[in-house]
Amino acid sequence: MTTAFASVQDVRNGLRQVNYLADDGIAGVVYLAQKLGKPVLIEGPAGTGKTQLAKSVAELTGARLIRLQCYEGLDESKALYEWNYKKQLLRIQADKSSDSWNEVHDDIFSDEFLLTRPLLEAISSTEPVVLLIDEVDRVEVETEALLLEILSEYQVSIPELGTITAKQIPLVFLTSNNTRELSEALKRRCLYLHVDYPDVDREKQIVMTKVPDIGENLADQLTRIVRSIRQLDLKKSPSVSETLDWARTLLLLGLDHVDEQNVKDTLHVLLKYQTDIAKAAKELSVDE
Amino acid sequence: MNGLLELISGFVAELRRAGLPVSLTENLDALEAVKVVPVEDREAFKYALGATLVKDAAHWQVFETIFEVYFSLRGDEYNIVQDGAQTEFWRDEQDRAGQDDQPGRGAGGGMDGLSQEELAKLLMRALMTGDQAMMRALAKQSVSRHAGMEPGRPVGGTYYLYRTLRNLDLDNMLQSLMDADGATDRQSMEERLMRDEYQSRIEQFKQEVEAEIRRRLVADRGAEAMAKTLRKPLPEDVEFMHATRDEMQGLKKALGPLTRKLAAKLARKRRNRRRGPLDFRSTVRHSLSYGGVPAEPKFRFPRPAKPDLMVVADISGSVAAFARFTLMLVYAIQGQFSKVRSFVFIDGIDEVTRFFKGNEDIQDAIQKVNTEADVIWVDGHSDYGHAFETFWERYGRDITPKTTVLLLGDARNNYHAAQSWVVREMRKKARHVYWLNPEPTSYWNTGDSIVGEYGVHTDGVFECRNLRQLEGFVEKLA
Repeated sequence: MTTAFASVQDVRNGLRQVNYLADDGIAGVVYLAQKLGKPVLIEGPAGTGKTQLAKSVAELTGARLIRLQCYEGLDESKALYEWNYKKQLLRIQADKSSDSWNEVHDDIFSDEFLLTRPLLEAISSTEPVVLLIDEVDRVEVETEALLLEILSEYQVSIPELGTITAKQIPLVFLTSNNTRELSEALKRRCLYLHVDYPDVDREKQIVMTKVPDIGENLADQLTRIVRSIRQLDLKKSPSVSETLDWARTLLLLGLDHVDEQNVKDTLHVLLKYQTDIAKAAKELSVDE
Repeated sequence: MNGLLELISGFVAELRRAGLPVSLTENLDALEAVKVVPVEDREAFKYALGATLVKDAAHWQVFETIFEVYFSLRGDEYNIVQDGAQTEFWRDEQDRAGQDDQPGRGAGGGMDGLSQEELAKLLMRALMTGDQAMMRALAKQSVSRHAGMEPGRPVGGTYYLYRTLRNLDLDNMLQSLMDADGATDRQSMEERLMRDEYQSRIEQFKQEVEAEIRRRLVADRGAEAMAKTLRKPLPEDVEFMHATRDEMQGLKKALGPLTRKLAAKLARKRRNRRRGPLDFRSTVRHSLSYGGVPAEPKFRFPRPAKPDLMVVADISGSVAAFARFTLMLVYAIQGQFSKVRSFVFIDGIDEVTRFFKGNEDIQDAIQKVNTEADVIWVDGHSDYGHAFETFWERYGRDITPKTTVLLLGDARNNYHAAQSWVVREMRKKARHVYWLNPEPTSYWNTGDSIVGEYGVHTDGVFECRNLRQLEGFVEKLA
């Protein structure tokens, strides 16, 4: 059962319990979202835990997580609802003689023949729900409009059935990798949260939480290396998840301290472009 | 509650003046939001306002500064809702600034008695251990000692900042920190890490000093006036020609996401333009199945032409930054063009396409352009006439009807011969010739600027003072 958060600190502690280390901004916005019943738009570089936040909040509140993965070409039959044509046809054919046309007509456009898709499912559910609309920047601008009604009014209008209003207000998270500018209309309806790379201390905490076997020394050292690498001008900076991968790699290698050679050998876990790897290796070993 | 309402209204008005698009609903949301967070919790209060009012990460910095001016100066103990206390508080702060000796929070008790050297030592120790409270206290102390602030003096904050930092000599501080740490004997990677660590602490200290100065200025002049002097343009509105070093960094950062968005937008635009021109033959053929009625018009497949681009850029001092950004932008979305060739000139001209070929790192290529390109002919002062003439001789025959030529520069020709016939000839051969000028329109054709003389032969001269205008132009081009 969901528990309403009492304070920002409460959110923060709660998230810590489910192994998500939030900073003040993240905890504050999640708290607000719940208090105000507004969706949260999370933006930030890839791999900084945007999707994970929604998952962790769901875990924390004990709500069901409903996920809508966005992609180009997503339409309302995939996002909102669809009529189950086959079943409708069967119904019409099943007993032709007995029913009058009107009855059949009313009958085939009822709940029974409606296929709910994630958005409709989220608001028609009776139990508490966390709705995650992932990578919303991938849909076209026109498709964004699909989301507006549900985001501001928590309702879906179906011409044949009328308007379905939410039985409970779901907690909605939208994530975006910022590949395009989202429309004003969408932004206006959301609380905005920008999740950036964490600072050294928080990242160290994250590493130590997620990779518990790691020694504090190693965690400290590797997060500092990651920070130095992020300051370079790279095609793709290492994300938090890549830092974690790296930490696991180093742990597997049985190291409790990294030197230059180790770093060079394992840099490919952290960076995914050859030019980036070469640059980082050079920067880390050459002192001016 | 009224006091708070007024304060937030003023705050929102200031955000709008700084160029942030805050709508009415967002304003109302903010008021809703601050109702549910405890006002004593300043961080939560800030994020509540931020989440409702700022919808773009690039605007966050502006928001933070304005927030600090309006709300943060009140200290932890100060309760925002208390009406009237505001003025009293300001007087209080003013006194403090006048007397210069409120002890810093926590650690900095009797710092006034310390000598310059002792203070420096203290700062060094604080930086080494990363002692936050100590750093804050020292920032306070340094400002009262070195900035020489006088109430009511109409000087910008940067002046005080400069004075304070000059006295602290932070550049050498980094080196002495490294020496004291013995880091130079260590492995080079370790050293590098230590350097970054200290660098970030010094940076933090600088910000602390800046914040302290701002706090005092606000106490002296009031939030409204202060916000005005602090108003900084958003990254996309920063002028290329007058950007400071920090602003340049901001611009560079903004360029990455911008090009990604631009490329996605262009690709989408190209794909979505479904309909080509009417295919007459096909329409008639299909009309046969409708008894000769052309009921179903058929269209040709669109063949969007990718322009073939030639960028000719002036890279002399005044416009170098502009040329750099344009080249970066063009190369970042070069997939949208069938071919890109670039040339740079001052008074001589050189093709620099080779630096970008096979080099994935655009920054590195730009660096090479700046250092290795052969662009000096006589004296290294812009000579558009000679550069264009040489361009025409060497590369003129490569211009085809598919080519779009971009000429970048302020056309300040140092009173050399214009040779504008080159541009006229170019236009005859090329598909389009455009001129991008980083100067404001009102400066065109004043002094030695002869952009008009070239302009009449082009398909258009565009003002490109900032990233926003540049982006707009490139979007139209591709």
